[in-house]
Amino acid sequence: MWSDLLNLGIIVSVLAATIRIATPVLFSALGEVTAERAGVYNMGIEGTMLMGAFIGWLATYESGSSLIGLAAALLAGAVMSLIFAVMVISLKIDQIVTGLALNLLGSGLSTYWLRAAFSNMEKVPGITVLRTWPVPFLSDIPVVGPVLFNQGALTYLAFLLVPVIWLFLFRSRLGLEIRCIGENPKALDIKGHSVAARQYAAVIFGGAMAGLGGACLTIASTAHFVPDMVNGRGWLALVIVIAGGWRPGWILAAALFFSFLDALQLQIQGVGIAIPYQILLALPYIAAIVALMIRRRASRAPAMLGVSYRRE
Amino acid sequence: MPVSPAHADTATPRLQVQRLTKRFGALVANDAVSLTVMPGELHCLLGENGAGKSTLSSCLYGLYRPDEGDIHVDGKEMRFASPADAIAAGIGMVHQHFVLVPTFTVLENIIVGTGSGWRLPAAEARPKIEAICRRLSLALDLDAEVGDLSVGQQQWVEIVKALYLGARLLILDEPTAVLTPQESALLFASLRNMLADGLSIILISHKMNEVMQADRVTVLRRGHVVGSVRTAESSRHELTTMMVGRALSAIEAGERSHDGTTILSVKNVSMRDERGVSLLSDVSLDFHAGEILGLAGIAGNGQRELFEAICGLRPIDAGEIMLEGQSLNHRNPHEIYRMGVGHVPEDRFKDGLVPDFSIAENLVLGDHREKPWRQGLVLATGRLREAADEAIRNFSIACNGAEAIVRRLSGGNAQKVILARELARASRVLLCNQPTRGLDVGVIEYVHRQILEKRDAGAAILLASEELEDLIALCDRIAVIFRGEILAVLPGRQADIAEIGRLMAGGTDMQAGDQDGDRNGARNGDRGMSN
Repeated sequence: MWSDLLNLGIIVSVLAATIRIATPVLFSALGEVTAERAGVYNMGIEGTMLMGAFIGWLATYESGSSLIGLAAALLAGAVMSLIFAVMVISLKIDQIVTGLALNLLGSGLSTYWLRAAFSNMEKVPGITVLRTWPVPFLSDIPVVGPVLFNQGALTYLAFLLVPVIWLFLFRSRLGLEIRCIGENPKALDIKGHSVAARQYAAVIFGGAMAGLGGACLTIASTAHFVPDMVNGRGWLALVIVIAGGWRPGWILAAALFFSFLDALQLQIQGVGIAIPYQILLALPYIAAIVALMIRRRASRAPAMLGVSYRRE
Repeated sequence: MPVSPAHADTATPRLQVQRLTKRFGALVANDAVSLTVMPGELHCLLGENGAGKSTLSSCLYGLYRPDEGDIHVDGKEMRFASPADAIAAGIGMVHQHFVLVPTFTVLENIIVGTGSGWRLPAAEARPKIEAICRRLSLALDLDAEVGDLSVGQQQWVEIVKALYLGARLLILDEPTAVLTPQESALLFASLRNMLADGLSIILISHKMNEVMQADRVTVLRRGHVVGSVRTAESSRHELTTMMVGRALSAIEAGERSHDGTTILSVKNVSMRDERGVSLLSDVSLDFHAGEILGLAGIAGNGQRELFEAICGLRPIDAGEIMLEGQSLNHRNPHEIYRMGVGHVPEDRFKDGLVPDFSIAENLVLGDHREKPWRQGLVLATGRLREAADEAIRNFSIACNGAEAIVRRLSGGNAQKVILARELARASRVLLCNQPTRGLDVGVIEYVHRQILEKRDAGAAILLASEELEDLIALCDRIAVIFRGEILAVLPGRQADIAEIGRLMAGGTDMQAGDQDGDRNGARNGDRGMSN
């Protein structure tokens, strides 16, 4: 039965699924790394993704337009992280506690809203899911084509965002300032620049990306919203940022690795290999714990990550 | 050689501060302070902690807004809303604790927060920075990571950073606190060159040998200007008296009362960190009864590790530590301290005290399980308070009583709490790591007297300090530590400060103005950064 997995068709399907599954966590992780490079540890990604998934789905359902749905998801993520930013940047409340609270807020609010809005319906309605968007010519290349170039538009966008975020963080003026804040905010403050303004921008961008990541799960994937459907992907995004050493390229690698495990377990379940499915489901998360243990020493977190800045 | 530019008396002052007042609630940090600095002048601000020097410089740099008074730069009145305004007016500041990003390159540290648009202003900045370095005859590798530089070179990065922003008035806050005597001599030589170019410098310092190099000194005490004098027309003694408000008697260490018995001996002790980097290598020292052994070295060369090894706070990898014939290896810190070893740690609020506990509680830390502080299962609070009241009287700790929270105490009073506790414990050995760092002159004098008394009572004392003059005045012998190795043990009273400085930098030959020597010393000082 294991040999079934070595069939070319199955390999292609596992790899294509890897890319697809990586999309939402990649959005969230790239947003989160921007916030963390600015010294803000937004642990509320899970709840933010959930709100993005819900609002994106709701707006698509109400308007009939996926584009409006995506814009609404971005906005929902931005609003969630704005709440977070006010609490931790302006009010200097503990970032971990606030992040946990944001997760509870996202979970509770989306479930409540869903029940309140559709209480009189037997079944929660579905939306039209975004279709895949094969790239002309490139998608015809054998193996590579179906894996890389027969995906949804959001997937292309997420992968395109990797070099963009890298260029921003490491080759732009503002990126240098963001990284400076994560290492030593005072160094920017004494040059007369607002630390808080840049942190707000980074956190809100991170939240918007998480909202988009969440929306991938409804608008580009399942057509339905189910309570708590993000199901740990927000936490995985946090792990990916650490495993990727706060560098976009390595974050991409880490996202692909965890997604591959996820895709593989789906396929293993599909071919009916007799391993308890709970173990398969847990595989990416077990790998995440192992990755954290291995990366513990090698990684260099921003020095002031999670510490609120106060001018003494 | 103080140089007063000839045009100084006729030109517009670079900086003129008139009756500046800054209040924090009821506290008046600066009370109608006036200050005038001419172009090309090296002006020293002298004062104890809390005298208002930092508040004044923060007002000048736009970090605080003064409540009253005005600031003129080159004749124009200024209102600084943020450091950006101060920078635009040509004021630069080098903070006492460097404000650098260790993981950034020198170039990135200098350009961050400058320029406009999306692109990094690196290409335009490089030639400008190189020109500044040439003018200072400074060899700075712009692409080196700042965390890999010596403390001395980091100081230069800070200065170049301020000059790159166009500073015409440079505020230096205790610039030599972390430098070797050689590095600080180099710094002052270069400052002279910058002054000759017309730059004005405000130097905040309490080291008298540096203060005396300024052209003019303004002395602050409790927020007031006590006086502003030409250095050439004043003396160390006069300035110290102005600063403290009374004349200080020089500490006279007197002859040691020691009879030569070895109380504590450290034999061939080595220690590595978790990555295998050597922290202490083959350290051997004998501590005699009634003797003060000094430990000189640049911060981060193994001083802390040596203290912690003796206290049992850090395991050693090789060697043995013996206290009156008993091995201290494999004993826990509590056992060692019960054997009469007192420890005044380097970081008083982090390692010496529990900041949110009261004075009374801090005074019994470690003894709290013993009688008479314990009554059955609970603390004997009444006895604690009595003992604390007594310590507050004996050590003249300024506070609101035994229940005062230690976090709210000043550095000097917090140190007195630690001293009260550790002196009572140190029947055999007293270990003092930087016991006077950041304290006022008056308190320093007090701490030194306490240490001398302990010596006269027959304890063996290890004293580490950045103030070499203090070490020479107090110590019977001085050991110099460099990269975890004891390079030499010199006789205390006759020790040559230049010789100690040379050894602190690893024993290489360095001469002021010698670029090669500078870079050498810099590399040798690398360890200074690791903590």
